[in-house]
Amino acid sequence: MAPDGHGTNGFKVVGTRPNRPDGVDKVTGRAKFGADAAAPGMLHAAIVRSPHAHAKILKIDSAKAEAMKGVKAVVTRADFAEGLTGENWNILENVMASDTALYDGHAVAAVAASTPLAARDAAKLIEVEYELLPHVTDVDKAMGSGAPVIRTGAADKSVPEGMHPNVVRYHESGHGDVEKGFAEADLVLEDSFKTEATHQGYIEPHACLAQLGPDGKGEVWCCTQGHFNVQKVCAALVGTDASQLRVTPSEIGGGFGGKTVVFIEPVALALSRKANRPVKLVMSRSEVFRATGPTASTSMDIKIGMTRDGKITAAQGVFRLQGGAFPGAPMEFTAMCAFAPYALENVHQVGYDVMSNRPKQAAYRAPGSPMAAFAVESVVDQLCNELDLDPIEVRLKNASKEGTKASFGPKFDRIGLVETLEAAKAHPHHKAPLAEGQGRGISCGFWFNHGGETAVSLALSEDGTVSLSVGTPDIGGSRASMGQMAAEELGIPYEKIRTTVADTATLGYNEISHGSRVTYASGLATIQAARDTVQKLCARAAAKWGIDEDAVVWEDGCAKPSGPNAGEFEPLPLARIARSMGRTGGPIVGHFEATPEGAGVSFATHIVDAEVDKETGQTKVVRYTVVQDAGKAIHPTYVEGQFQGGAAQGIGWALNEEYIYGEDGRLQNSLFLDYRIPVASDLPMIDTVIVEVPNPGHPYGVRGVGETSICPPLAAIANAVSNAAGVRLKELPMSPPRILAALAAQADG
Amino acid sequence: MVEVNLWSGLKAFTDGQEKVEIDAKNVGEVLRGLVQAYPGLEPAIEAGVSVAVDGRIVASSLTEPVSETSEVYLIQRLRGG
Repeated sequence: MAPDGHGTNGFKVVGTRPNRPDGVDKVTGRAKFGADAAAPGMLHAAIVRSPHAHAKILKIDSAKAEAMKGVKAVVTRADFAEGLTGENWNILENVMASDTALYDGHAVAAVAASTPLAARDAAKLIEVEYELLPHVTDVDKAMGSGAPVIRTGAADKSVPEGMHPNVVRYHESGHGDVEKGFAEADLVLEDSFKTEATHQGYIEPHACLAQLGPDGKGEVWCCTQGHFNVQKVCAALVGTDASQLRVTPSEIGGGFGGKTVVFIEPVALALSRKANRPVKLVMSRSEVFRATGPTASTSMDIKIGMTRDGKITAAQGVFRLQGGAFPGAPMEFTAMCAFAPYALENVHQVGYDVMSNRPKQAAYRAPGSPMAAFAVESVVDQLCNELDLDPIEVRLKNASKEGTKASFGPKFDRIGLVETLEAAKAHPHHKAPLAEGQGRGISCGFWFNHGGETAVSLALSEDGTVSLSVGTPDIGGSRASMGQMAAEELGIPYEKIRTTVADTATLGYNEISHGSRVTYASGLATIQAARDTVQKLCARAAAKWGIDEDAVVWEDGCAKPSGPNAGEFEPLPLARIARSMGRTGGPIVGHFEATPEGAGVSFATHIVDAEVDKETGQTKVVRYTVVQDAGKAIHPTYVEGQFQGGAAQGIGWALNEEYIYGEDGRLQNSLFLDYRIPVASDLPMIDTVIVEVPNPGHPYGVRGVGETSICPPLAAIANAVSNAAGVRLKELPMSPPRILAALAAQADG
Repeated sequence: MVEVNLWSGLKAFTDGQEKVEIDAKNVGEVLRGLVQAYPGLEPAIEAGVSVAVDGRIVASSLTEPVSETSEVYLIQRLRGG
């Protein structure tokens, strides 16, 4: 679908900044989140989790727990479906261990009781006998000879012969001849980098209320980024039909990819089936850290060659990602995104997906891409420093453009990388003087974006207002932007439209809210559903006037004759047609179902100033500017919020956040007290510049913006910190001890 | 015939070739044709792939048309956060 008559200009509602429809609910506490769900007679559940990193489960004895007053049900793996294969098996194994606990925090049993306290007490009475097994949590060690094998036979056929069984998937791509390219360079730099796993850090823990009867009919209310996926996966894991399970999403207190995954809903369903009562299950913060998806941790080697005048002649990268005790670390995206900002004749990238005794990784905003940018953009910065070149000019000189053969293969369509670099170059931040002890960092970042299965319905009320039903949970203000797009098409005020995230029984299948797809795909579907509605409105007007439907146009919220030849009729506003719709053909409902495939990739450029205290190793980010291509910003405030959110999370990832495992393989910092996410006082004002290079695959030119904003920060901050400290930082997070160690190593020569 | 570009890691299943020719008119036929000609590709394709047609990444739809002049790349299935 190409951009239509609007281009990126001439809008009346799109591009404005109306109040968010969920704002009052959220600031008054009226909004219902996952843990707010309740049902008469509901039980409360608690999960028994392994305290060991790797252990065979010899015996589970629940007799004492079941004898406790108030306890209504206990479930173990035996209470779930059998015979699953592929990813459903992996999900079930993660939801409830079968014969082996694979990481600290892995669920092994669960109990439902009349109160939360009784459930927690009963969980402590469930006796699990373990046989400890050797464990490994570091990616490089997990690939090394002698590392304990997490699961024999987990590797797919892509893995070259001779690799450790913990290497379960392999990716290789590129083009040209890198050795020839390195020979043409005036300077070749090669370096290695590591990043620790970080958590998505959403403030709302996972929570659900589930009910499943002996007849296989059930309901789930939960906080999720994708309730249709919850329906599909839960049906498979508890052994019922998907259509018998109705799933309703709550408001969501953050997801960032971590709520694309099913963890507790099947457990609550299995307990409910056994107890024949509704069961509520809310994770503690510690459970969220120990057992839900952090990112992959990485180990990366980068080699780049450059001429004296800044032309990159060749680039190669090796990316090793551990994704916990299951296949799925997004190493192919790390590899494919790594060099995407650069037009390269010679490029080669390799990725390894490695299993270890950690929780199953989950997506986190542009999964895999931020780490790649950290490694690649650090080496580009080193090259710029050594060759005394301007980092923005070097990136402009090598920038991917429309028609460039991407590092991952195909030619780019219309993209806006150069425009973000030009906007960054023109921004006052780029030339602002730095104070003593400060350094500046620049980085670009890339993400693919996604379309996906989407269904939308738009129904008119008799008073001329509109109910818009979408199937993608609102994780970033999408109800506002959907309402704006519908208002734009229908020609009515934004306030006359209420957008609802509908349950699984109301719409056709909608893919998860992931891949920065919602404003693109649900937006496209909303526009098409509105146009379907307009067509029906015009048909009603044509019938009333006794003229052909083709002789009616829709302008400014009214049906009008298309010209003098169509006849002289007063314009018919939407509200007047809606008022009589019951007597002119029945309800008017527009809808659209499709899998839009023109998401349009996205680039960003970030500028960061950081100040490093060389005595304490503390870093302060003093200025931050995000420049990103949004295609078309539907609600600019939300777009700016996504830009700022990505930068804020990137600051945490770069400077403080990390999973810390002890020698025993247990997570040592499973609370926000010890796992330090940035708070408002840690952050500077984050300036934003919205670049609009229309996406040819959307009627208004929209590109997703939710993920690209977290691609450049790790690198931009690392470059700023390295330039401020005078030593290259190669491991994240750049916490005070790491900065002091790097300074000490430099002093030691 | 449509020239289909594979990522290098798939060479092991196509007799060392990174480009193969498939008789196809849409993405679904490309994928079916690949499995028919090179059965070793089936697990990778079953695990999920996207197909870039003239620079546009087709993540799911099997009905997207391709022609002899199309630039076609197999890339791994996209998923995001």
